[in-house]
Order: sequence, then C-alpha cells, then structure tokens
Amino acid sequence: MSRNENLLEVDGLRTVFDTSEGVVRAVDGVDVTVRRGECLGVVGESGSGKSVTFSSVMGLVRSPGRIESGAIRFEGQDLTRLSTREMRAIRGRDISMTMQDALTALNPALTVGEQLSEMLDAHDDDLPARGAARRRAIRDKSVEMLRLVGIPSPDSRLGQYPHEFSGGMRQRIMIAIALAPGPKLLIADEPTTALDVTIQAQVLELISDIRARLGMSVVLITHDLGVVAEHCDRVMVMYAGQVVEEGSTVDVISNPQHPYTRGLLGSIPRLSLRGKPIRPIQGQVPNLVGLPPQCRFYSRCPERTDACLQSVEMRSVGPDRRARCIALTQEEVA
Amino acid sequence: MTSPAKPLLSVENLSKVYQGRQTLANRLAGVRPFSVKAVNDVSFEVRRGEVLGLIGESGCGKSTLGRAVLRLHEPTAGRVEFDGEDVTALSAGALKDMRRRMQIVFQDPYASLNPRSTVADIVGLPLRLHGLAKTTQEVRETVARILERVGLNAAHLDRYPHQFSGGQRQRIGIARALISHPEFIVCDEPVSALDVSIQAQIIQLLLELKDEMGLTYLFISHDISVIGYLSDRVAVMYLGEIVEMGPTDDVLARPRHPYTQSLMSAVPDVDAPGKHQRVRLAGELPSPLDPPTGCKFHTRCPLAIDVCRREAPISEQVAPGHQAACHRLSEDLSVRETVAGVQAR
Ligand SMILES: Nc1ncnc2c1ncn2[C@@H]1O[C@H](COP(=O)(O)OP(=O)(O)OP(=O)(O)O)[C@@H](O)[C@H]1O
Ligand SMILES: Nc1ncnc2c1ncn2[C@@H]1O[C@H](COP(=O)(O)OP(=O)(O)O)[C@@H](O)[C@H]1O
Ligand code: SF4
Ligand code: SF4
Ligand SMILES: [Mg+2]
Ligand SMILES: [Mg+2]
Repeated sequence: MSRNENLLEVDGLRTVFDTSEGVVRAVDGVDVTVRRGECLGVVGESGSGKSVTFSSVMGLVRSPGRIESGAIRFEGQDLTRLSTREMRAIRGRDISMTMQDALTALNPALTVGEQLSEMLDAHDDDLPARGAARRRAIRDKSVEMLRLVGIPSPDSRLGQYPHEFSGGMRQRIMIAIALAPGPKLLIADEPTTALDVTIQAQVLELISDIRARLGMSVVLITHDLGVVAEHCDRVMVMYAGQVVEEGSTVDVISNPQHPYTRGLLGSIPRLSLRGKPIRPIQGQVPNLVGLPPQCRFYSRCPERTDACLQSVEMRSVGPDRRARCIALTQEEVA
Repeated sequence: MTSPAKPLLSVENLSKVYQGRQTLANRLAGVRPFSVKAVNDVSFEVRRGEVLGLIGESGCGKSTLGRAVLRLHEPTAGRVEFDGEDVTALSAGALKDMRRRMQIVFQDPYASLNPRSTVADIVGLPLRLHGLAKTTQEVRETVARILERVGLNAAHLDRYPHQFSGGQRQRIGIARALISHPEFIVCDEPVSALDVSIQAQIIQLLLELKDEMGLTYLFISHDISVIGYLSDRVAVMYLGEIVEMGPTDDVLARPRHPYTQSLMSAVPDVDAPGKHQRVRLAGELPSPLDPPTGCKFHTRCPLAIDVCRREAPISEQVAPGHQAACHRLSEDLSVRETVAGVQAR
C-alpha cells in the first residue's frame, strides 16, 4: 500500500484519564488508518473509546485525560509533536470534528452566523484579505454553507441562536460549520444518534453527497451497524478501549470473525427474526480501571477458553482484515 | 374491525390538548396562550396477550397517548375502556385500584427513578400503595423475588439508582411496573436509551415476562426494527393521529400510507444496504402549534395533490384488520416508485 494513500495513520494510541478510582485506560493501543476519499465507520457500545480516540486525533483531550503514547500522522506529519498553535491551524482547516451533542457543542450565546463566520475567518484562505469585501464574502459563504446542508431560507436564519433550531437542524448546522473551511477529513461523532430515522437519513445522505462532491475522507462514529452498512467503505469495531475487528464493511458484516462483532450483529432486532429469540451478548462492558492482561471480552464471550486468559494482539485474518481473538491464530493468516 | 373476544383495552376518539395558562402580560399584549393538540381523535384496541407497537417521529404524540390511556395525563376528550370498565369515568380512588392492573415503564432510566430512594423503596412502593404487603419484611422479600426475575438480586436492595448502569436501571423500572402483577403495561421507549447489546437483553426479558405473566403491551418506539421484531400489530402515528394500523407483517411489508412507506425506506438495513430506493422526506415534523390543514402529512408528502391540502382523509380498511387514512389509497401508489419515476424524468 503506498504511503500516500493514507490520509490519517494512528499507531499504538494510548489515552488515559487519571481519576480517583485509578487510571482509566480509555484508549489502549489503538491503530487507525483512514484512506483518502473513504468513509471509515467506527462502531462499539458506549464507553468503548470511540470519542476519546478521535478527540485525541483532534488534540482535544483535556485534563484529567492525557495521551500516554502513540503516533498520530496526518499526511505524514506527526500531530503529537505540533505546538498548540500549529495544531489549532490543522484543526478546522484540514480536520474537522462534529461533536456527539450538537446543542452543547454549539455556542448558545452566539448566532449561527457568528459561529460560521468565526470558522471561515480563521481558516478560509480564499477570502479577500480584509475590509468590507472580506465581510461580504464571509456572509455569502455562510449562507451558501447553510443552504448546502439544507436549512430553508438560510439568509434569514443566520441571525438565529442554536436553541431556535430543532435537533436535526442543529446537527446540520454543526456539519456546516465543520465543512466551512473545506477540510480533508471530517470526523462525525454520532451525528444522528439523537435523531429520527427520516432526519437521520437526511443528515447521512448530506454527508455522503458532500464527501463525493469534495472528495474528502469521513470517519463516521456510530453504534448503528445499519448506518455503517449503508454508508461506510470500511469499518472498525471497538470494545473496551481496543479495536477488536477491522475490514471492509461487506466482509465484516457478512463474515464477522470476532465473537463481539457476531454478538453485536446478533443483538439487532430484525423484522425477519419475529418469533425467534434474539441472542443478546450477556453482561456488560467491563470497568476500564485495572483490567487484567487478558482478552477484554473474556467475561462476556460465549466462546472463551482458558487460553484466552492472556493478552491478545490484533492478527491478520485475510486481505485487509484484522481481528483480536486467540481462536483465530492458526486459521486464515494472510 | 370485529374480533371474537372483547378487547382488553379499547380507546375511542381520544384527544389530548396541552393548554398554556393565560398570563396577565400575555392578555395585555393580546397574545393567546398556546394550545397544542398532541393527540387528536385516536381510536384503537388492544387484545389480551397482544403487543401493539406504536411508532412515529419524536414529538408526534406517542408518550402523550400512552399516558392519556393510563390517565397519567388527563385526556381532553374521548373514552378509554379497560376490561369492560370506563377508565375515563373512574373516581380518584377507583383509578388508584385500576393502576395496579395498568402500569408503565418509562423511556429514561435516569430520570424516572427517584435518586434519593433505595431500590427496595422504589420497587416496593406499589406494594405499599395498593396494600399488597403488610410488613417491611414482606415488601423486601417480594422485591427481592422480582429483582431476581429481572436479572438483579437481593444484594441490590439497599443501593441507589446512581449505582447502576442504564440497562440495570431499566430493569429496576421493569421490576417496579411488574410487582403489582398488572395485566397491561405501556412500555414507553424502554430500550431507546440503551446500547444495542443491552437493548437486546431488555427486549428478550420483556418478551419472556409477557409469556410468563400473560401480559399485554402497548409498546412505544421510534425504532422500526424493534417494533417489527416484537409487536403483533403496529400503529403509525403522525402529528397526533394514527395514519395507518394493522398486523405488523402486513403494515411493514406492504405499507399503504405514504408516511409509513417513507419511514420504511429511511431505515438503514444491515442485511441489505443500498438495496432500497430512498424516499427523502423533505423537512421535519411540522409544529403541532400550527398544524397543516387537510391531511397533516401534505407538507412533506411526495404524493400530495390539491384535495390533500383542503380535506383531512378518513381512515379506511385496505386489507383485513389493516386501515390507513389517505386520499390516494385507491390508486395503489408507491411513494418509492413515484419518486423514482419523477427522478428518472
Ligand atoms: N406538558 C406539556 N405541555 C405542552 N406541550 C407538551 C407537553 N408534553 C408534550 N407536549 C407536546 O406535545 C407533543 C407530543 O409530545 P409527546 O411527548 O407525546 O411526543 P412523543 O411522540 O412521545 O415524542 P418522543 O419520541 O420525543 O418521546 C409535542 O409537540 C410536545 O412538545
Ligand atoms: N473526562 C473523563 N474522565 C474520566 N473518564 C473519561 C472521561 N472521558 C471519557 N472517559 C472514559 O473513557 C472511556 C471511553 O469513553 P468514550 O470515548 O467517550 O466512549 P464512546 O465514545 O465509545 O462511547 C469511558 O470509560 C469513559 O468513561
Ligand atoms: S480471545 Fe477468547 S475470550 Fe476473547 S474473543 Fe476470542 S474466544 Fe472470546
Ligand atoms: S392524503 Fe394526500 S398528502 Fe396525505 S398522505 Fe395521502 S397523498 Fe399524501
Ligand atoms: Mg462517544
Ligand atoms: Mg416520548
């Protein structure tokens, strides 16, 4: 694989939170690759480390959290070595992230127009240098962005505050702000989890359209495998701070290798399963403080054996396919 | 629709209007207080042992309907009959007794449990209210038994809600609803706040309990997969009204109302991604403060014609036990094909 093909490469990321209970290993040795132009899905139950992984990429982890080790390369440049100022320039211009909760992520005290202008003012290099021409260009571009994300009568809505919009509209406004500087990578953290299906479909189609139009890469964080199936080229499954399976969406969904992925797929209620019992994964996600060095899925895994009581590494299980399960050692190693 | 046995629950022309209070400031300013028709003239029946699924977008009135049925919100008009008794006419005392037989499990496992009460007190409260246990010891024993049944245990009796995960809190809510041995439960999005693996555990539990205890559910959800999996019949709600209702297989496999058709096409399908021709519904649910005239769906309906803007359609039978309210039912149109046809041109 040529190096150039990868827009983002994360190697061995460990992000921890120092809490009174001990060190929470929220992200524990995570590798991520995002290729140019692709949509990567990231799935896993809440608390599996999806948001912390990508907040780390954005340089947005705050105390008591810290990145303990790992490299984060964007177009070959290691982001962990940048100054706060250099990082701020990359964030916004090259990489944007929309946050899980649109109401709290938008500034309630500023109008939508002000928030868009701020982003454009800081990051858009194509605008006139100064003066009235610059202000007009920023306004025009703001209107254009709101129109792009399907806000009706964008002109008159620039002056409104976030609470004057519905949940779906706020998500679209966040996307507009994230897209305004024309980033190469958009990280969308659960952009539709709080939305109804009809609005969810609108927001996801919007992201897909814009991706195709602008050729950007997208990381779509979600816990809905249906959303992944419809919108992502590849998928990465996370569990308790680690990646447990990775591969093309079609492969992973049609032929899941890790027992957790199988459990997730088996937990989805389907019309076609009416009258048949679903087989939910038993138990719940383990506490991430002081985990023993064994397979993290051990306590819930229907296929566990004593051999699983050791630390388990990711292994290659086919072309472009990796999973973290001891039962997969001998088979299918590429 | 006639059924051989008398239904356990029968709801006739139920409406609920939320009325804002008139303030002096508003009166001086000539502003009338708001009035929201959250549920408008809804009728349906639920047979004993059945699961009726209620589906619709956020704000369409599902919770209001569920609560009005139990008189947790007083209905503005209409009649609710439970096992032959007119619930809407019951006195406060008689209603209290009736509540033993009709219970509710709430959507939010965080907000619906008193943070300052122990599990023993929360789950045991209905026993005290209805005089079903005499001594504290008896309450604790009964609570411990029901906790075991929902996947918790006696060791949890003296803990507080914040010491539990979301899934465990939902189990506590279910235990509270079940402890008085009700016959009918309104499940108001009991799994919507939960992760998929925990959601599956709770769905499984609710179905087992239903069989064991002979329960009847009105199951509210905005998740079509959940409703499709567990309900016998489904009612689709839009802006306070039921627009389509019938056997789940029939309604979901052959939806007749344009809104149901659009909803079905918006659900991402893990088994068949990209298979569907998407119907993109423009816009959002209109404000119930100022609902559209005629058919309330006309502002978003790809099939809307002139008459839809003027006249509200009347519900009619489209198949055995399957009804829908739309002016264009007889034309047997599919939103998907119509939209595809328009796009192809
Ligand atoms: N106490 C209240 N006062 C005024 N309006 C209310 C009140 N409760 C609900 N409403 C309004 O009634 C309508 C229906 O609300 P309801 O909570 O029944 O919707 P829902 O279908 O349960 O939505 P969700 O899926 O978000 O739970 C909404 O427009 C809502 O804003
Ligand atoms: N500020 C914080 N302090 C302590 N622990 C945190 C903090 N933020 C996140 N965590 C922990 O990190 C883990 C991963 O969280 P997160 O990445 O938000 O999960 P996801 O996005 O997959 O739901 C969880 O165990 C969470 O409790
Ligand atoms: S390593 Fe063992 S416990 Fe872990 S997922 Fe594989 S079989 Fe299950
Ligand atoms: S009555 Fe008209 S607007 Fe309403 S659903 Fe039918 S076709 Fe659409
Ligand atoms: Mg998250
Ligand atoms: Mg509700």
